[in-house]
Amino acid sequence: MATNTIDRSAKQIVLTVQEYTLFAWRAFLNLFSPPIYWVDFLVQSDIIGVGSLNIVVLSGFFTGCVLALQSTATLQAFGATSVTGRFVALTMIRELGAVLTGIMVSGRNASSMASELGSMVVTEQIDAMRALGVDPMRKLVTPRIFACITMLFFLTILSDAFGILGGAAVTVFLNHQNATQYFSMAWEGLRLSDILQGLIKPLFFGYIIASIGCYNGMKTTGGTEGVGRSTIDAVVTASVLIIVADTLVTQVMLGIFR
Amino acid sequence: MNGLFAPIADPAPAPDPEAVPVVVLSGVSISFEGPPVLDDITFCVPRGETRILLGPAGVGKSVLLKIVNGLLCPDKGSVLLLGEEISQMKEEKVIPLRARTGMVFQEGALFDSLTVRDNVAYQLIQERVPDDEIDSRVREALTFVGLEQTFSMFPASLSGGMRRRVAIARALIHNPEFLLYDSPTGGLDPVTSTTIIELIMKQRDVYRTPSLLVTHRLQDAFTLCTHRYDPDQGKMVPLPEGHSAEQTSFLMLNEGRLIFDGSLYDLVHTPDPFVREFLE
Repeated sequence: MATNTIDRSAKQIVLTVQEYTLFAWRAFLNLFSPPIYWVDFLVQSDIIGVGSLNIVVLSGFFTGCVLALQSTATLQAFGATSVTGRFVALTMIRELGAVLTGIMVSGRNASSMASELGSMVVTEQIDAMRALGVDPMRKLVTPRIFACITMLFFLTILSDAFGILGGAAVTVFLNHQNATQYFSMAWEGLRLSDILQGLIKPLFFGYIIASIGCYNGMKTTGGTEGVGRSTIDAVVTASVLIIVADTLVTQVMLGIFR
Repeated sequence: MNGLFAPIADPAPAPDPEAVPVVVLSGVSISFEGPPVLDDITFCVPRGETRILLGPAGVGKSVLLKIVNGLLCPDKGSVLLLGEEISQMKEEKVIPLRARTGMVFQEGALFDSLTVRDNVAYQLIQERVPDDEIDSRVREALTFVGLEQTFSMFPASLSGGMRRRVAIARALIHNPEFLLYDSPTGGLDPVTSTTIIELIMKQRDVYRTPSLLVTHRLQDAFTLCTHRYDPDQGKMVPLPEGHSAEQTSFLMLNEGRLIFDGSLYDLVHTPDPFVREFLE
């Protein structure tokens, strides 16, 4: 009995991974053949990018503040508070900016994509779209994926910038240190490989957020309850996958820029 | 009920042998993790003909309609839509075929976030038809269903019957070669149902568009057979006693199998116990 359950679950997992891979691959390939819905891409860019601005800016700023506060306490023991800027900038750019932005955008947009598409599935709007001769993959999924990748890239840059500003605010106003020293240390500590690492990650995270959100939405069954389930699955899966992808990308990038 | 329908006095003219049916299903079966929902279904919809698919709720009528339009792939059998085999066709190749058909969904399936104008014009907008032409064609389609005043409204502010009529306008705007209606009167009051049936009849009698209509409401099915649309009076009128609408015939599903395929006369005279029970 237990073996049967494990067997069924394992098959279900393999099937889901297979379906998701085909789904995400097809959505990606759609960008290279017509029709491409540029208007939908712009609309989604506005929803994802402009709509997430405030949460990304706030989370970035306060993460920078916390980093500065925590690091100062430790660095003081070694008389090295002057490197706070370097520490905050490196942490934000290499790691936290991309991951935090990814998780924030995932919470806001993977859920909205799953619930929006899920509602369309259960009310037969997706079938209606197909019956009207429009491919929902091209019209709904592909623009969301590429808008999410593009916007997450820029949102991560903003998050990094505001994180460094947050660190500066704490360093200058609470720790009463020199702002020029903070920024010059931040600048001098940065290398091209750090920036590249920070900017490549959001490309993967954006793809994960939108493809998981859309996949869960399009596979919704079971009415309004099913929409709720899809929304939860989308956020949980996307958030976990962001952390997993972060580990893998970091390992690869460290290998390349060693 | 049998006495009402004498043998058809004015039989339909013989179909043109050159005419290819708009839909041909052969041995179609489908199941969803369990016993077959549809089992070995075979029928056709000739050009100019309206076929009414009857059956109790939950026997797979909507599934059958989705298979006909390529929205679902059957496990077995072949589906010819507008002369092309679609049962194993890739989605991107079925899409242009679907664009030549019109489908009215059970609850209308209007896009919530779009106005009535944008819903009705959905296909035209995708084809980048100029706005002026879109507006005039949408107004024409809405006038056809008697809802020209809803042009700028959102679906949420429409009643159930109005939503179905907008869905009919959306299905008709592209001058489809074939129409599919999925329980267009389900859950509606009798007056609204009659309005919808009159619209379907108008499309059948004025534009001669072949169609497949799913319903479990016998009253609607019989109204379609016993009336015709009179363009001069602008309403449906009953046919003389003993006559039934030309080229309107019935199919009946039960437990996944097609148990009846024939005319109104055949239907009311069938010895099949299930059909008789259903009719009574």
